[in-house]
Amino acid sequence: MDTIRLDFARDANFLHAVEEESGQNLSTCYQCGNCTAGCPGAQFYDRQVSQIMRAAQLGLKDEALGNRSLWLCLSCQTCTARCPNNIDVARVMETLRHMARREGRVQHRPIESFWKAFLDTVRLTGRSFEIGVMADYMLRTGRGWGNMDIAPTALAKRKLPFLPHRIQGRDEVARIFKRYAEKRS
Amino acid sequence: MKIGVFVCHCGSNIEATVDTAAVAKMALGYPDVAFATDSMYTCSEPGQEGIVQAIREHGLDGVVVASCSPRMHEPTFRRTVERAGLNRYMFEMANIREHVSWIGKDREANTNKAAELVRLAVEKLRRDRPLHAKQFDVTKRVLVIGGGVAGIQAALDAAEGGVEVVMVERESTIGGKMAKLDKTFPTIDCSSCVLSPKMVDVAQNPNITLYAYAEVESISGFVGNFTVTIRRKATYVDWSLCTGCGSCTEKCPSRHTPDAFNEKVGETTAINIPFPQAIPKKAVINAEHCRKLKSGKCGVCAKVCPTGAIRYDMQDELVTEQVGAIIAATGYDFMDWTVLGEYGGGRLPDVVTSLQYERMMSASGPTGGHIHRPSDGREPKKVVFIQCVGSRDRSIDRPYCSGFCCMYTAKQAILTRDHIPDSQAFVFYMDIRAPGKMYDEFTRRAIEEYGVNYVRGRVSAIQPAMRPDGSMGYIVRGADTLLGQQVEVDADLVVLAVGIEGSRGAGHLAETLRISYDKYGFFMERHVKLAPVETNTAGVYLAGVCQGAKDIPASVAQGSAAAAKVLSLFSKPKLENDPQISVVDIKRCVGCGKCIRVCPYQAIKETVIRGETKAEVVETVCQGCGLCTATCPQGAIQVAHFTDNQILAEVNALCLS
Repeated sequence: MDTIRLDFARDANFLHAVEEESGQNLSTCYQCGNCTAGCPGAQFYDRQVSQIMRAAQLGLKDEALGNRSLWLCLSCQTCTARCPNNIDVARVMETLRHMARREGRVQHRPIESFWKAFLDTVRLTGRSFEIGVMADYMLRTGRGWGNMDIAPTALAKRKLPFLPHRIQGRDEVARIFKRYAEKRS
Repeated sequence: MKIGVFVCHCGSNIEATVDTAAVAKMALGYPDVAFATDSMYTCSEPGQEGIVQAIREHGLDGVVVASCSPRMHEPTFRRTVERAGLNRYMFEMANIREHVSWIGKDREANTNKAAELVRLAVEKLRRDRPLHAKQFDVTKRVLVIGGGVAGIQAALDAAEGGVEVVMVERESTIGGKMAKLDKTFPTIDCSSCVLSPKMVDVAQNPNITLYAYAEVESISGFVGNFTVTIRRKATYVDWSLCTGCGSCTEKCPSRHTPDAFNEKVGETTAINIPFPQAIPKKAVINAEHCRKLKSGKCGVCAKVCPTGAIRYDMQDELVTEQVGAIIAATGYDFMDWTVLGEYGGGRLPDVVTSLQYERMMSASGPTGGHIHRPSDGREPKKVVFIQCVGSRDRSIDRPYCSGFCCMYTAKQAILTRDHIPDSQAFVFYMDIRAPGKMYDEFTRRAIEEYGVNYVRGRVSAIQPAMRPDGSMGYIVRGADTLLGQQVEVDADLVVLAVGIEGSRGAGHLAETLRISYDKYGFFMERHVKLAPVETNTAGVYLAGVCQGAKDIPASVAQGSAAAAKVLSLFSKPKLENDPQISVVDIKRCVGCGKCIRVCPYQAIKETVIRGETKAEVVETVCQGCGLCTATCPQGAIQVAHFTDNQILAEVNALCLS
């Protein structure tokens, strides 16, 4: 691993941006490691939550944004619940994820595609539509029949309806998406 | 009247943002000011000499020093003016450091504000009158509240100095937390071996009166003359007859009483002597569990007692003691760690507190010094220690470090490896705090010599899990932040280094003593650095953990320090009061008695003058708080040096000039 020149690599603006956007004071983190200790995704991470917090604390943008862990995070909020300093760690992770996406630094494309597929069905039908998500995801990633083996069981348990359950107020949901799209542009 | 004004630079503390020379020049224009100057350090020897000389050369009648807060140096300057022949109360202080220079950066605004504060002080001083202190006798006895190691040390030192000591202990034996410990760090010497002789000394010293199983009910009076009411709780045993033989505890049929001394590890009998070295070694009946007291049917202890000491009809008793000083040494209690669900919230039998573990290791404990885990009595082979349980945790509003847990955890890990050689010990820590003498070496010994595994990280969950062999294990999941990985231990026993807070009931006692306490139940010292043993109430001193987390050596040192404070207080033949107290204008007083009801010190009493009821201030009791002044509908009772006229003169100086 390369030696990090803290004086040059430290990006105070990045730290302030993370603090502002997440509403959390990162200086209160004393690196106890409880977020890592409780994280159910930790074994799949390439950089642990406490290490990401440390990178953000030091203003090391590349280290904080350039990892797969942000994309594997389940947003289960155990880190937030356990933090002795009342930091909403999951919120910080979420913030970093948005930042990475805005900057085109997504480290795990399929997960981003899955989210997009999920949001597409919500926008169109007002709620989740499983087969729609699957089809959309396959189209986006070019992946074949990845998890098709679970389809018979899921069908038998009526977890995979062929037609979406449409809700009342689909237009309102669509307007939410529209509003956010406008806000971002 | 001729007034002298001295404006202090305080090095650059004031001078950096206040033009002190300009303030002195402006002061010369104020009424009665005959002399004004600025000086580098007014509190220094040359600074004080300057005041003395100015008083002599210019024939000054009073002095204003514009400098820091009066808390530290008002007594200094009062002595200075007294040295020059003035009455010590012909002095006023204007605080232009804390109230001006430290809080503002605008030099011009600061200079103007400083000048205005000096003007206020001058206007007040113009209405000051010389005051003279009254002398009063001192009761040369001291009350020590709490019989832990700090209280014991304070009592022994005071008694050694020839002062009579009254010690009040809430439990039925003295010894406190230290009596429950198996060994002590960093020497691993036996705790009761070093403490017991001191406990015996307390019992045998003719200067010490011990009230065990008693609590302070109320306190009145003031420094030198406190009256203390002590509630002696009913023990249901006549201690003058009890010999501590233990026949009653052998025969008592109520054997499922929670054992408070053993931290509820194991059970005991309803009539009980906490441990073999207890002082006093007397039996006490736990009324909640005694069959005779609950249902009227039993009476076994009364039958077997060879001296006939059992008294089922005993009631609480109130006794009154006169003392001149009080030492609070009430120690600490554990914070409620069961709010932390990740450690099982108190529902897992083999997750114990460090003090419970201490009893499990002690030869006088419920397991006779053999470590058996509570659930199945097996000897644990893998013991996990978790530090900072509750301490340094803002999420449960305990942001402070409990001070001594790092060290006792190292000790307990060493003892575990000692007791069970084929065991493994794991310590989850965040930082190791070992700043004492031989302390860091001690924690290194745990790691290097005893092979204790220190893991840098916190524990997120303890989950009970049945092992293939049918025994119960506890999956302790934590992080090793140095590795950057999650780690797990399948533990047999988990020991929690639970954080501390002020002793239960500390807040109530603080209010009885009229001293301040923080929201964690620790008593406030008078000055964090320079008066760590005194409190804001004269004659009340602190010793041990009741003031803040500290280990045994520091508690003993503070116990001795508190005793020294008491001895120096009692070394004077008489005490002097502060004459800045309430004075009644008899012509205006209508005898309504409102002041008597609001006075928190019982310092005002009714008197009859020429057939009319009037208020009278007991000069040595009044503390000059001013509640009566604010209450009096006639404006008849005024605090000397803080009269309505003086305060209005200050307001006028500020608003009309």
